[in-house]
Amino acid sequence: MWKRHLLFLISCLAGLSALGANLLRTERVRTPRQFHSEQVAAEGLRDAVDQVDREFQSAWEGAGLQPAPKAPSLLVVRRLALGLMGTVPSLEEIRALELVPPDQQIDWWLSRVFEDRRFADYVAERLARAYVGTEDGPFLLFRRRRFVSWISDQLHEGKTSYGQLAYHILADQGLWTDKPSVNFVTVTSDQNRDGNPPDPIRLAARTTRAFLGVRIDCLQCHDDRLGKVGLGTAADPREGTQIDFHQLAAFFGGVRNHGLTGIRDEPPAVKDQYRTRLLHAESEQVVEPRVPFQHELWREEGTLRQQLAAWVTHVENRAFARMAVNRVWALMFGKPLVQPIDDIPLFGPFPPGLQLLADDFVANGYDMRRLIRLIAHSAVFQADSRADIELQPTHEDQWAVFPLVRLRPEQVAGSVLQAASLSTIDARSNIIWQLIKFGQQNDFVQAYGDMGEDEFTDRGGTIPQRLLMMNGDLIKERTEQNIVLNASSRIALFAPDHRTAIESAYLAVLTRRPSPTESAHFEAEFAEARSAGDRLQAVEDLYWTLMNSTEFLWNH
Amino acid sequence: MSRHGTAGKTHPTSDPPGCGGISHWNRRTLLRAAGLSGFAWLTPLAQALARAQEQVPGGAPAKSVIVLWLQGGPSQLETFDPHPNAETGGLAAIETRAPGVKICELYPRLAEQMDLISLVRSVVSKEGDHERATYNLKTGYRPDPTLIHPSIGAVICHQLRDDIDLPRHVSILPNVWAARGGYLGDQFDAFKVSDPIGPVPFVTSRVPEDRYQRRLANLTNVLEAEFARGRIRGLDERRTLHQTMTANARRLMDSEQLKAFDVREAPESLRKNFGDTPFGRACLVAARLVKAGVRCVEVTLAGWDTHANNHDGHRTQAEILDPAFAALLQHLREDGLLNQTLVLCGGEFGRTPAINPLGGRDHWPHGFTIALAGGGIAGGRVIGETNPRPDREAKDPARLVSDPRGIADIHATILRAIGIEFDRELITPIGRPMKLSDGRPIDELLA
Repeated sequence: MWKRHLLFLISCLAGLSALGANLLRTERVRTPRQFHSEQVAAEGLRDAVDQVDREFQSAWEGAGLQPAPKAPSLLVVRRLALGLMGTVPSLEEIRALELVPPDQQIDWWLSRVFEDRRFADYVAERLARAYVGTEDGPFLLFRRRRFVSWISDQLHEGKTSYGQLAYHILADQGLWTDKPSVNFVTVTSDQNRDGNPPDPIRLAARTTRAFLGVRIDCLQCHDDRLGKVGLGTAADPREGTQIDFHQLAAFFGGVRNHGLTGIRDEPPAVKDQYRTRLLHAESEQVVEPRVPFQHELWREEGTLRQQLAAWVTHVENRAFARMAVNRVWALMFGKPLVQPIDDIPLFGPFPPGLQLLADDFVANGYDMRRLIRLIAHSAVFQADSRADIELQPTHEDQWAVFPLVRLRPEQVAGSVLQAASLSTIDARSNIIWQLIKFGQQNDFVQAYGDMGEDEFTDRGGTIPQRLLMMNGDLIKERTEQNIVLNASSRIALFAPDHRTAIESAYLAVLTRRPSPTESAHFEAEFAEARSAGDRLQAVEDLYWTLMNSTEFLWNH
Repeated sequence: MSRHGTAGKTHPTSDPPGCGGISHWNRRTLLRAAGLSGFAWLTPLAQALARAQEQVPGGAPAKSVIVLWLQGGPSQLETFDPHPNAETGGLAAIETRAPGVKICELYPRLAEQMDLISLVRSVVSKEGDHERATYNLKTGYRPDPTLIHPSIGAVICHQLRDDIDLPRHVSILPNVWAARGGYLGDQFDAFKVSDPIGPVPFVTSRVPEDRYQRRLANLTNVLEAEFARGRIRGLDERRTLHQTMTANARRLMDSEQLKAFDVREAPESLRKNFGDTPFGRACLVAARLVKAGVRCVEVTLAGWDTHANNHDGHRTQAEILDPAFAALLQHLREDGLLNQTLVLCGGEFGRTPAINPLGGRDHWPHGFTIALAGGGIAGGRVIGETNPRPDREAKDPARLVSDPRGIADIHATILRAIGIEFDRELITPIGRPMKLSDGRPIDELLA
């Protein structure tokens, strides 16, 4: 009998030791395969970064603004994790990162992010919102998950440039199940009409907004009356007209849904593919396809959609590159460089950085990873969100400080789940964490309020959101006493002293160490703990407090 | 304020005007006077006086809206627009208290209340997909990727100001597309509540009060103080509203008005009258919330998407809707609240006039019914008509209705009934002027 007791005791001790070792272990976080210490120099990024920095510096000097100092590396890492993976870094990732020389930490982290499936999945979902919205779409004809997974695969493999991605989305033919890119077209299918035809109007509007950053939706019904849609050329700008919109829509006029063979295009030679009735006209008229600007880049080769896709992604069509830059910028900062995100004037004026970043994006084959690395190294991205001088709203408007931006619901949920685990929750996590993440994240986002496509709108929080964070199930279940799953309990049990416990909680939740004032305050509170139970409760309370702070719920 | 639309002045969304209606003006004036004159202790009296003044029936605008949202698209034929004949395969019609107005036989209790209800039987839209059509019905606008429009409840809350602890916009039994604030901001999103048989979500702390107080104190005094260092002055009020919303959440948690959500407070006979179903209980709570000052309550009854076995499905649904809707009107009337509460009942579209091979009806946005009753609405009236013997081969199905009315017209009617300029323009966050509604009020419906 004593042998069985001894075996049980040894098993328990081994299990507890393994759990406790999680606090300090770093071996799970591997050095990224693509990382090397001279990454910036090797990729020729330094000059580009310097140019962008000079443009912003010049703008700040012109406005008489003193920029914020450089932010701590861990804060920059946190921004990158939130913007590119929708979560804060895990405690084990932070520990591993701190073993890397300080001047290499950002590149080490970026290399790790690019190799992590979470990056591809998260960015794919954000891009998909711009391309097909958040609707469930027509039953059976639209497979949103397949569309998102396909984008994610392209991003993860890193072999398809952003230009090629856009080309496929705009021009591909086939069945929406085995050619996921055509879901861009089928989401507009009209199930009230025979043959479920795609809607050229919605496709035209979506194409210009998502890929060109030009809002010409209002031209669907009438000419531009407010001077908001500038077309023509830089030398000879003109206001948009109704026919501009319908000429663009005509590129989609020959798209047909052929059932078992999916989406197909009529040959360009077929006339009368698109008809509309213009304002004040007495009858419908045939409208021939024509691009709304830079006609010289349009080649009449291939199907009409291939012609349009080639024109949209043409290297000299800078509107495409500017839109991509603005979207990537918005992902990383939580706020686009030009607002609204998809309304960038064709002929400027442009804010500092936009043209330079667009030019670099084009010159490097629409390489999204390079663009992200370039922005991540800019002084703007690495600026602190606070300063010793008195800050005014203008500092934020001019990007002289990193902007404060409320986290999106999925970022909050992802961060709560990650902060509640000492190890990284990723594709390699065990099945329990995967299931917890799937279920609790969806429930939380539903209750918190998904922002849909409107995800870069600047807003404050709401009472229901505060109630959800203060009293909701997610925070309760992920901070309460649970030695198996929750970081708070494991920290309480295994941290050697109060200071380490508090520091671990701060790192896991806020990606920083406590200030001396904070440390002193919570150490005094922890000192009141008379038992292991009291200490568990103290760390649980600390976790609740950290997760309910502005600092946790806002990017900064 | 005039109850008629005016050629729109534009207003920023961030600076919501008061409704300007005489009753509302008085209330706000009383409140302001109490505050400014140092007689803040008079505020409860001022509120009571103002509320009493606002409750004056006869010509006074409605104050609240209850939306009975029938998610899935109810068949107009098996609800409020019966055509029992071989072409439609519709169920029988019954006489109602409103002379000449017949409704489906599945609604005997509502038939007794039809003198209070008016029907728009010729609602047409261009959206046949559930999500897009729901957006269309709830906001009055078709989906537009450049902008998310606010639901009718959000518009009303934005335009009218109140001082109550409760959320002013509530959605009970919400599905995935609950009413939203859209471009007006998340603060106008509906507060979501499930079956009222359970507690209101998230208004109870999960730890004892002393621990909760300590958590909050640490949050404010330690974390927020540290975060505010080196940032713009007035960070909370000018930028994040985080601490403000935390304080408001605490106020709600401590509020006596939360009892309005507790259906157990109502007599059992009253609860039975509404029906012992989640929807019945939700309708009872909706009435209690309106009484407590809530501006808009959305109550969802899902399950109307009857692509197969339409009649069985609608029979089941009617057993829930009929007692709840009828009891709601009866209760509001007995409580003296019907004159100031507009009740709307409808779904995102109707269903095809013909029965499909599975015995079901499919989506039909080309002529369906919205029912309205209560504040500002005359009862017993019918607008429009659908064809009792529809041509199945008709190329333009919209022509199968007489006197067609758009979704926006329903919204304009509600806004006018509640005393809000329906064509008031707001400047949206993207700088685009947008009317609260671009429809035209259906004057024939207004009392």
